[in-house]
Order: sequence, then structure tokens, then C-alpha cells
Amino acid sequence: MDDATIDQLLIIGGVLGGLLLVAPGLIWLERRMLALWQDRYGPNRAGPFGLLVVLADTLKLFFKEDWTPPFADRFVFTIAPGIVVITVLMSFIVVPFAPGVIVSDLNIGLLFFLANSSLGAYSIILGGWASNNKYSLLGSMRGAAQMISYEVFMGLAMMGVVLLAGSFSMHTIVEAQKDMWFVIPQFLGFVIFFIAGIAETHRLPFDIPEAESELIAGFHSEYSGMKFGIFFVGEYLGIILISSVTVALYFGGWLGPDFMPPLVWFILKTFAFICFFILLRASLPRPRYDQLMEYGWKILLPLTLLNLMVTAGIVLLNKGI
Amino acid sequence: MLIIFYIAAAVAVIATVLVITQHNLVHALLYLVVSFLAVAMAFYVLGAPFIAALEVIIYAGAIVVLMIFVIMMLNLRQESVAQEKKWLNARIVIGPVILTLVLAAELLYMLSTETSVHLTGEVIGAKAVGMSLYGHYVIGVELSGILLMAGIVGAYHLGRQKKKVTHRFLEKQEE
Repeated sequence: MDDATIDQLLIIGGVLGGLLLVAPGLIWLERRMLALWQDRYGPNRAGPFGLLVVLADTLKLFFKEDWTPPFADRFVFTIAPGIVVITVLMSFIVVPFAPGVIVSDLNIGLLFFLANSSLGAYSIILGGWASNNKYSLLGSMRGAAQMISYEVFMGLAMMGVVLLAGSFSMHTIVEAQKDMWFVIPQFLGFVIFFIAGIAETHRLPFDIPEAESELIAGFHSEYSGMKFGIFFVGEYLGIILISSVTVALYFGGWLGPDFMPPLVWFILKTFAFICFFILLRASLPRPRYDQLMEYGWKILLPLTLLNLMVTAGIVLLNKGI
Repeated sequence: MLIIFYIAAAVAVIATVLVITQHNLVHALLYLVVSFLAVAMAFYVLGAPFIAALEVIIYAGAIVVLMIFVIMMLNLRQESVAQEKKWLNARIVIGPVILTLVLAAELLYMLSTETSVHLTGEVIGAKAVGMSLYGHYVIGVELSGILLMAGIVGAYHLGRQKKKVTHRFLEKQEE
């Protein structure tokens, strides 16, 4: 094997290993942060700062009975949790962590990300349907409608960035932000993208498919043991994904002053967004289902179209002169 | 690259046959997703990455999700699977199979006599697709836009609900 191949394998291994290590760590981080914002202690007994609670949780999930309900559709029930993790990990292929540190710089990078996030919806839909339980079915129907609608705004909001950078490749998009981060000319696009990202990962305040208080965990009511654990890890991987894509598209990716290496800048910015996700969970109540849909189609859609049109007009004017 | 194309094409054909022969509707739709993914792969190998991505986003990601959505609402269970089993017996398949075999024989004949299509390896990007859609095929794009608009207006009309008033005096005035 030549050096390039080994480098490539190292990048793949590093990204995969890093993500799978960080995702459970986020569970601890989230509990501690939530506790901080709500004036509690959070997990602080097992190990330093309660860090070992992650290990204890994982062990507990492994030893729990992995029960498949007799009334469930066995095959679909089993593959549903895997889909979310696979699609999210596939999306990380096109995320540029630093110059050269990217698994594959596809020239349709952003579309690849969109395609994978739309396939991720199957996890919720199939999980809820296969459980054969009315609450799960309600949850997965809400999830399907929510994810399909918000995907539209997500894609349209991204197109502003694509227009400015002139490419779908994430690497080129980050390079194009050398002079100015896209969050300044595309502030509206950023806000809409981020809202749609929260809805795509079905995190609070948009966790309508699971809504513990009304649907008793919605689409994963019937899941236990490691199958539930995989849904859980998939959710945290989704948070990392949306945060890192936001950073790459709107906050200059790895770009930053020279005193720290590019990778550190990228990780720091992504971390800030992950904390913002947790802050949202700590502070906002959940909207009603019809409010969510109305908000999407009546407010976000016209705004994204307006944003796209104005951006396209300005780009066209600048090119013409 | 050619071998990847043939594998993707074979997966597409097998998955599509399984879509027809499955008794359970949701399983059939899952095979339809696999079929779309395989077709996207074939597009990618043929040098159309943009179309491949759109195939996954629109067909596999949105349209089949909508189909599953409708099927979930219908709440089909064991009875429908049994009914499907009863309907899908071997005799029904004979006619289509004979007709398809004729087409397949014709295709094989063509492939063996004609000079085969060359894979140019030229990559058709997003820009080329956009230019042809809004240049050469603009009438088609606009007509399909009008068709979709008609569909949306129709769906809105069917789904519209009259405001229900439950007040004892106002109730009579409505309608």
C-alpha cells in the first residue's frame, strides 16, 4: 500500500472511531449541561465528574433483555435502528474536518448529505410501523411528515450557500469563506437551516415523533436493550452531524486565526453548536404538531424562497457587472 | 467500472421483481427503495452524479416515504397479506412473463447485432443538467409545473374543511 491509501484509511478510521467515542460522551455532557442550566448536580458519583456513568449506561443496555414483541414485524423491526446510524455515518463522508482531512471530497457533497438525511427518515417510519403499536404508529406518522417537510426547507436554505460558493463540494464551500463567513450574507439561510436541522434530528423542541408526555416515546416505545441504544446513539450522531455541517456551511469550517491548528478550530466551533442544541432542550417547550407544520409551510417556506431569490439576484448582478 | 454498472443493474432488476412478488406492502416498498438506490448507482457509474443524487433525494427519500405514509394510514394487517397471497397466484403471471420474454429476446438480439453504446466517461454535472432543463426542455419543465400546481389545488380543494360552529345560535346561520 502506498502512503496515500494508508492516509485515507487512517482518516476513515479516525473519523469513525472519533464519532463513536464522542457520541456516548455527549450523553454525559448533555446530562451535566442540563443539570447546570436547571440548578441541579446531574450525574456526579461514578468516576471523576460522573464520567463513568456513560460506561455504566452502556453496560446496562447490553445486559438488558433484547425483546422483540410477538406482534411486531420481526425483520423490519430489527433493521430500523441500524438505518439511522448508517445514514448519519455515511453523511460524515463529505464533512471536511480540516484541509485534506475529509473521507471523500465528492463534487456533489451537499446533495450526498441531503440524500442520506432523507433516507434517515426511514428509521423512524419503519421502526414505528413495525412495532405494531398505536402510539408508535402515531409517532412515526408525525415523524414522516415532519422530516419530509423540513428537508425541503433545509435543502432550499443550503442553496443560498451553493450559489455564493458556486459548488456542491463542501471543501470548496469552506475555501470560499476565506474573506467572510457565509453566516453574514446568509443569516436568514443559516437560521432556517439550523431550525430545519433540529427538526431533522427530531431534538427538542421538535421531538414531536417521540414526545414522552403524549406518545410515551413514540416510535421507539417497543424497543429495548441495544436496539434502543442504537436509536439513542443515532440521535447524538445526528446532533454532531448537523452541528458540523452548520459550521462547514456558515461558520468557515476549519478557518480561524493561525495560533491553533485547523482541526481544533473545527472541533471547537462544532462543540459550541452541540452545546447550543443542549441549551435549546433545556429552555424551550415543545410546540403542537399542527403548529410545527403550519410554521414550516407558512413561514419558513416563503422566507427560504425569498432568501434564494434575493441571493440569486445579487449573484447575477455581480456577475453581470 | 462496467462491472459495477452490471451489478447495480442486476440488483435493480431483482429488487423490482421482488417489489411485485411481495405479499406485504411495506416490504414491497422497501424493495422499491433498494431498486431506486441501485438505479442511482447505475446513473453514478454512467457519469451523472447529479442525477444520481436527485434520484435518491426525490424518489427514495421523499416519494416512497409518502407511499409508506399512506399505507400506514390504511393500517393493513394480516388479512390484506392473505388476500394478496390469494390474488397473486402463478396463473396471473404467465401472460406478462411471455410478453416480457418477447421484449427481452428483442433486446438481446439488438445488443448482439448493434454496435454497443459507448461509455464516454464524461461527467455531466449540475450545470449541464440545469442548462438543458431551462434551455432545451423548458416547455416540458413548465408543463409539469402546471400539472403539479393543478394537483396541489385539487388536493387543497378536497382537503378543505368547513369551519364548524358549535354555538347553539350561530349553528343555524352557517350554510
